[in-house]
Amino acid sequence: MNRFLLNIATGSVLIGLGTLAQAATLDDVKSKGHVQCGINTGLPGFAYKDNAGEWQGFDVDFCKAVGAAIFGNAGGVKYTNLTGATRFEALKSREIDLLSRNTTWTYSRDVDLKLTFVGVNYYDGQGFIAKKELGVSSASELNGASVCIQTGTTTELNLADFFRVNKMDYEPVPIENNEEARSNYLAGRCDVYTTDASGLAASRASFKNPDEHIVLPEIISKEPLGPLVRHGDDEWGDIVRWTLNALILAEEYGVDSSNVEALASGTDNPEINRMLGNEGEYGAMLGLDRDWVVNVIKATGNYSEIFDRNIGPDTPIGLSRGQNASYKDGGILYAPPFR
Amino acid sequence: MTRITHKVYDKVEDLPAPITSIGVLPWFRDNLFSSKTNIALSIAAIYLTYLIIPPLVQWAIIDAVWFAGSRTECWATSDGACWAIITTRIDQFVYGDYPSGQRWRVNLTFILLSVALAPILFNKIPQRARFLLFSLCYPVVAYILLIGGFGLQEVETAQFGGFLLTLVIGITGISISLPLGILLALGRQSDLFIVRIICVGFIEFIRGVPLITLLFVASTLLNYFLPPGTSFNLLVRVLIMVTLFSAAYLAEVVRGGLQAVPKGQIEAANSIGLSYWVSMRLIVLPQALKVSIPGIVNSFIALFKDTTLVIIVGLLDPLGIGKATLSDATWQGLSTEVYIFVAIFFFICCFSMSRYSMYLERRLHTGH
Amino acid sequence: MHLGAPQQMSKTATTERSDQAFRISDVWANKRSRSLIIQIIAVILLLTFIAWIVDNTIQNLSNLGVETGYGFLWDPANYDINQRLIDYTSRSPHARAALVGFLNTALVAVLGIVFATMIGFTAGVLRLSKNWLVAKLMTVYIEFTRNVPVLLHILLCYGIVVNSLPHPRVAAEPMSGFFLSNRGFYLPRPIFEDGSWPIAIAILVALVFVIWFAVHAKRVQNKTGVIYPVLPVSLVVIIVLPLLAYFFSENPVTVDWPELKGFNFVGGVAIKPEFFALWFALSIYTGAFIAEIVRGGILAVSHGQTEASYALGIKPSWTTRLIVLPQAMRVILPPLINQFLNLTKNSSLAIAVGYMDVTATIGRISLNQTGRALECMSILLSIYLAVSLLISALMNWCNRRISLVEH
Repeated sequence: MNRFLLNIATGSVLIGLGTLAQAATLDDVKSKGHVQCGINTGLPGFAYKDNAGEWQGFDVDFCKAVGAAIFGNAGGVKYTNLTGATRFEALKSREIDLLSRNTTWTYSRDVDLKLTFVGVNYYDGQGFIAKKELGVSSASELNGASVCIQTGTTTELNLADFFRVNKMDYEPVPIENNEEARSNYLAGRCDVYTTDASGLAASRASFKNPDEHIVLPEIISKEPLGPLVRHGDDEWGDIVRWTLNALILAEEYGVDSSNVEALASGTDNPEINRMLGNEGEYGAMLGLDRDWVVNVIKATGNYSEIFDRNIGPDTPIGLSRGQNASYKDGGILYAPPFR
Repeated sequence: MTRITHKVYDKVEDLPAPITSIGVLPWFRDNLFSSKTNIALSIAAIYLTYLIIPPLVQWAIIDAVWFAGSRTECWATSDGACWAIITTRIDQFVYGDYPSGQRWRVNLTFILLSVALAPILFNKIPQRARFLLFSLCYPVVAYILLIGGFGLQEVETAQFGGFLLTLVIGITGISISLPLGILLALGRQSDLFIVRIICVGFIEFIRGVPLITLLFVASTLLNYFLPPGTSFNLLVRVLIMVTLFSAAYLAEVVRGGLQAVPKGQIEAANSIGLSYWVSMRLIVLPQALKVSIPGIVNSFIALFKDTTLVIIVGLLDPLGIGKATLSDATWQGLSTEVYIFVAIFFFICCFSMSRYSMYLERRLHTGH
Repeated sequence: MHLGAPQQMSKTATTERSDQAFRISDVWANKRSRSLIIQIIAVILLLTFIAWIVDNTIQNLSNLGVETGYGFLWDPANYDINQRLIDYTSRSPHARAALVGFLNTALVAVLGIVFATMIGFTAGVLRLSKNWLVAKLMTVYIEFTRNVPVLLHILLCYGIVVNSLPHPRVAAEPMSGFFLSNRGFYLPRPIFEDGSWPIAIAILVALVFVIWFAVHAKRVQNKTGVIYPVLPVSLVVIIVLPLLAYFFSENPVTVDWPELKGFNFVGGVAIKPEFFALWFALSIYTGAFIAEIVRGGILAVSHGQTEASYALGIKPSWTTRLIVLPQAMRVILPPLINQFLNLTKNSSLAIAVGYMDVTATIGRISLNQTGRALECMSILLSIYLAVSLLISALMNWCNRRISLVEH
């Protein structure tokens, strides 16, 4: 009831003042007391519920990082589960503040849908998974196949392009979300399931006999996955962008959750000092506390810790860093400097 | 005069009737085997039953596994239905994501619901007037119990799910759409041209489109229609749409009932000087509603069944919880059990409502 | 009795009133002016409400930077649709995708209506049969189907079809050339070659003859009471004439047999599991409601009619067909057409199983890929409104034609 009345009151005040720009998201979030984060309905490794009923995952950890940046601990986040079809409307209509849902950065989403991608937290590509018993070893052998595809995604469009350009026919089996795609694929309704390669690895890990399935070698598109915010609120966008950069830079500088406390009191490395708040007023520039990065690292760890914990080689998902390693280690993860 | 002697006959026990005229056998003959077509039909029906019922019972009850840790465990034990998915996740199905420490509030709300409904539905309750007073305040009580305030922890509506969500949407929709539907019906046949046009336009528009498109509008467009900066949460928007939808259908049912009231009643009411609203309240509406009770209860049943559609806009009703459970690797592949369980829940609720409607008709039957 | 006195009193009463000044409450007391005022207020309120909503929408759209306009309908859709009645590729515009969706909706609606009516009438009549077992079985079917939401029926059907039918590589073949798998039911498709025009002509001639024969037989029956066997003769003509044409024409019909190529069957006519599940579930769900309507209609026919008919010696099957059902149709028709409307609207649940009807194409995929919620929703709602108004008009026309005119 209170929120309802507050909404009506806010609405009337805004009407009364005539056309007014949006209330800044940061002020909104601070007054709410939490960041409303849009996540997947369920994708192993990226967004899933553990046995205690809490949401965990690669994308979920990013939400927690943003929450920690603002509120100082990992608890300042609430989640909204969104399907591929509902995610952009939810962000545009201010239902959520931040979308962290393995979303591909594309021209039309950036420009036409009026959303802002604040960076890439996972460089991915679209692939196919098929049952080994079909005897398929390459995507070029898929003429006439039935393909399970999630509607409302870039994978749908890439799939159409791939088959058209290669002059092959296919039967699209459209479904709403991952779970249905997986169950249809396992039941044999479709021969092949296509989505981002990370999603394929996650699905394969959840199957009863992962060895009976093969991820085909072709990667048919670029899928840079990253978090997004609305157009028109640069301050909020900066906060989210630099949270992501801080996670990447922390790994680059060797700061992780075990040594961040010690390093926060002062080091010889000027980069680390600036980042952890020992020099300069970088926190205040964003409207955050001086030690916001320390809070972030304490809450979630740095990029490599998040990666290893959720989708790394030791997890059932079993993804290697590959392209997602730091540029110093042969990958393409590169964040601008903290100065 | 001769003595008329009457032969006295000893009373002999009646012989039992032949077995072909009383008891079970004649019933079989008359009902099942009375003519050639009947014989054929009966044989077909018995064969059909034999094909379906025993394997169904075998799968669903005899071979079924009631408690297990995962689907693999179930299928290792037997080939029957794996009801373990339901028993393990029953909390999710009933409460959704409602915080486990606060579930007593949900239980209390349901108990109070039966207390609030009893005086409305049955008229033989002692002290009915006092209970009706409680029923009037029940919505506020339920709101506070479920959402929070007055010292109770706040629970977001996004955490409602499962049967709790179905009952919240269903009962809120039913209670608000009935007065709204009556008003719409009265407006539709009013003498005021503008009011009539508005009501007709609204009713025809709502009845012409599927509920699912209206739910899409609720989830994508409704926020555009509100002042910049405000937004209702999804549950409120869905409730608004479901209520408007049901009100339009109820308006048609009540309109049929209003047309069944003889015009003489209104004329008589006017002639003794009753104003429009008083004559409606005391004379016309009671008669109209009595006639349209089957239609009204049918609308309620349809509304209750339509609450399953909210899964398509992302709310987690029992079907949504079922699908989320199925996505968990431990329970993959058990869709039939989940759907049958949800179907049984709906069947019980809707069947009870239709039986209640028959009871109500009998009770109000005045010999028409 | 002083009749004069009351008259005098009323005269003074009227003269007294006309002397008083005009009061505002007179406007309210007068029914006509009161209704005028209320209507004016209602119009003002409505216009204010609409203006408020339009203003909010414009503000929201400009704040969010969303574009409006229907030009996107001519941009390529970039997604494929698996079941379609007309040509369509991923380069076709969104407008064509909407058309494909609309034809899919029409297909499942028409087939669903036909099948539901058949099921409904059969179940309704059987429910009233004297055979206790059959009546009870029908009751069980009707009660279980009516009290479970249609979405559950659709999902259950789809789940059973997909999970229990075999993979195409081990497809079941009930008859040679007919394949049953979890990708669909494949039937051979007849292709009419160039030389098959005699067959078309033969079918046309047969139809014309059947219609003329039925009308003529009716006329003869009305005049003389002699009944011609219309049904057997029509069946024979419709089957034999085209067959004769087939044998006597040079290039007979060829058949496109479905073949397993690689992953799936190619050729022939395919009935996909999504379509089948949607159609079957909608049919049995609406059929249960139609059965209740039919039962109500038959019970509404006065029992005296059946008794009189038996007294005349007309056998029960003829009684049902010639006496009871025509009268019952008067009561059955309006709610029946209402159920047809419901079935058409329920077909929008196709997205739950992945069947691409108009809600799935323009209302879901096009909307999400282009982000034009307002335009896509308006198109979708207009399409459904148009169909509903059409079917309602049909119902009103039927109603007027068959209703009893009360004198």
